[in-house]
Amino acid sequence: MAGLAATFGSGAMTNSIPEFGTDTNCFLIIGSNTSEGHPLIATRIIKAKERGAKVIVMDPRCNQVASWADLYLPFKPGTDVALFNGMINVIIQEGLADQAFIQERTEGFEELKKLVAEYPPEKVQEITDVPADLLRQAARMYAAAKPAAILYAMGITQHTTGVDNVKSTANLAMLCGNLGIPGGGVNPLRGQNNVQGACDMGGLPNVYPGYQVVTNADVQKKFQEAWGSTGPATVGLTVMDMVNGLEEGKVRALYVMGENPMLSDPDLNHARHCLEKAEFLVVQDIFLTETARLAHVVLPGVSFAEKDGTFTNTERRVQRVRQAIEPIGESRQDWQIVCQVAKQMGGKGFDYASPKEILEEVSRLTPSYGGISFERLEQLGSLQWPCPAPDHPGTAVLHKNKFSRGLGLFTAIPYKPPAELPDAEYPLTLTTGRLMFHFHTGTMTRRSKKLHSEVPEAYIEIHPDDAQRIGLNGGRRVRVVSRRGEIVLGARITKRIKPGIVFIPFHFAEAAANALTNSAMDPVAKIPEYKVCSVRVEPAPQ
Amino acid sequence: MEYRNVLTTCPYCGTGCNFHLQVLDGKLVGVLPAKGHVIADGGMCIKGWNAHAFVHDKERLQKPLIRKNGELVEASWEEALGLVAERLGKVKADNGADSIGILTSAKCTNEENYILQKFARAVIGTNNVDHCARL
Ligand code: SF4
Repeated sequence: MAGLAATFGSGAMTNSIPEFGTDTNCFLIIGSNTSEGHPLIATRIIKAKERGAKVIVMDPRCNQVASWADLYLPFKPGTDVALFNGMINVIIQEGLADQAFIQERTEGFEELKKLVAEYPPEKVQEITDVPADLLRQAARMYAAAKPAAILYAMGITQHTTGVDNVKSTANLAMLCGNLGIPGGGVNPLRGQNNVQGACDMGGLPNVYPGYQVVTNADVQKKFQEAWGSTGPATVGLTVMDMVNGLEEGKVRALYVMGENPMLSDPDLNHARHCLEKAEFLVVQDIFLTETARLAHVVLPGVSFAEKDGTFTNTERRVQRVRQAIEPIGESRQDWQIVCQVAKQMGGKGFDYASPKEILEEVSRLTPSYGGISFERLEQLGSLQWPCPAPDHPGTAVLHKNKFSRGLGLFTAIPYKPPAELPDAEYPLTLTTGRLMFHFHTGTMTRRSKKLHSEVPEAYIEIHPDDAQRIGLNGGRRVRVVSRRGEIVLGARITKRIKPGIVFIPFHFAEAAANALTNSAMDPVAKIPEYKVCSVRVEPAPQ
Repeated sequence: MEYRNVLTTCPYCGTGCNFHLQVLDGKLVGVLPAKGHVIADGGMCIKGWNAHAFVHDKERLQKPLIRKNGELVEASWEEALGLVAERLGKVKADNGADSIGILTSAKCTNEENYILQKFARAVIGTNNVDHCARL
């Protein structure tokens, strides 16, 4: 989460899920289909609404939470920054900003103020399609109800302007003094169960565990001493660069554990082409995924039910995973597989007896996990990092009296239109998203009969006006064409989506929405632009 | 018959609900809510209620596979691990450590992720480590 790290010095969710139920007086939800992506967080929001909390949803598609929110602002995909600048404009204009907080805890306010003066609600209406009065109401509602929490998910990070979008949420939260207090904050809701943990553990090209940067000489020395040898002091390649590097021959081999980059890459045809170029591809997984089918060696790992260890959820909460059954067939513990390969390649320091011992090493080398151990997790159930010492209770609310970087940084961000805009040939804007019943690329959920029968087949949502224009009647099959590929699937005609916009859930291998999407990337976070791409929809042979 | 409940964390979304896996004679038979858990508080969504369902799927990989004459065929662990070590070693020797990329996983545990990035950095010698969650 590069945007938040730049603003506050830490990129994780600032607050905690239980506070949503007890403290939050206003929720501003953007780019998150919360009831489907994070159902039990949505439950907390319902609870809060029952005690009088306000709910504002901003989303191009009227999702379930939007249908019962106090305010719903449908906006054109990719115009998030303009929307936030507009809200900030109103709050400053009407004197609703938290002056004391701005003075004591932040810097850069004057620049922001100057920039947002160029975003009066009427102008923002032109960019976003949100009526000026609705924007004013939303701004007033958020500013009036402290503590107010901003919640967002992949919906706003998957843009070429993803980092700007995240900084925009931070601007708004600081403007109203909603940081460092229970029930407030800027809260990225992580999609998969252990995205937070994968980042925390240094599964990133620029940092070691605990976000210790690889280019820092002291950090380099620390890991060199702890491990006996380590990587260079230069930043490595991102997943997109690795996949593209295969095509150029810069990258020759790939070791993939528990991921299906074939399906999660925004441009599916391109991803297949690149992976096929690998001189050597190893995939460690529990199913023969689309990526594993291309591998030279496939190593069977185990599911969550067969292993011990920890996951870190979206609010930095570390919790135990406990082994319930023996590994299936000859499959082996994932950590043991990697340790065996490491030892065969001459690696030292891979003789662990159990995951418990691995976590002990993690806590020795990772300050924010310094007080986290299996013993304490057994005792307490969970611990939220930062938890620097064995007697530290963990941290529910970040940035209490001070930001990790000192002062919170306002960033003046001008609105940039999305990389691909609709034109005569591709007149519709496609957005993709998550469905409650399927999980990410569907490798696990589609094997579950119950979950699969809920939404068995891929489809596209299209507004009745657009359906009529292209000559569709209900329930027909359509061909969806972008500049990168095409897929055929069923159409659902619905007013949940704005005219001019179409929506495809992205769990389905046969009609992978990603075959259509755009691989223009956010220059800083390198998140591919899934959410916005231009397409044409036409009737397909039935 | 041997029956047990094992408290664990949901493998699906980032909310982090806990629940009990119901184990009968070494097989998962269902999921029970965890009362008093700080997040789930005795609740779960439909994904949580079905979290056991994919584990015993007949398509689970049970043996290592190696590509021979274009086809993936079953192999022993010894052969598969030996081949991985040898081929990665060769790519490293021929093209340098930075010609190898490692993808860790947002679905795997912290311990597994830690070990894989340690392998990338300490054994391969590269910072080409990432995961698909930025996707
Ligand atoms: S039970 Fe549902 S809401 Fe809870 S962690 Fe699992 S998928 Fe998320």
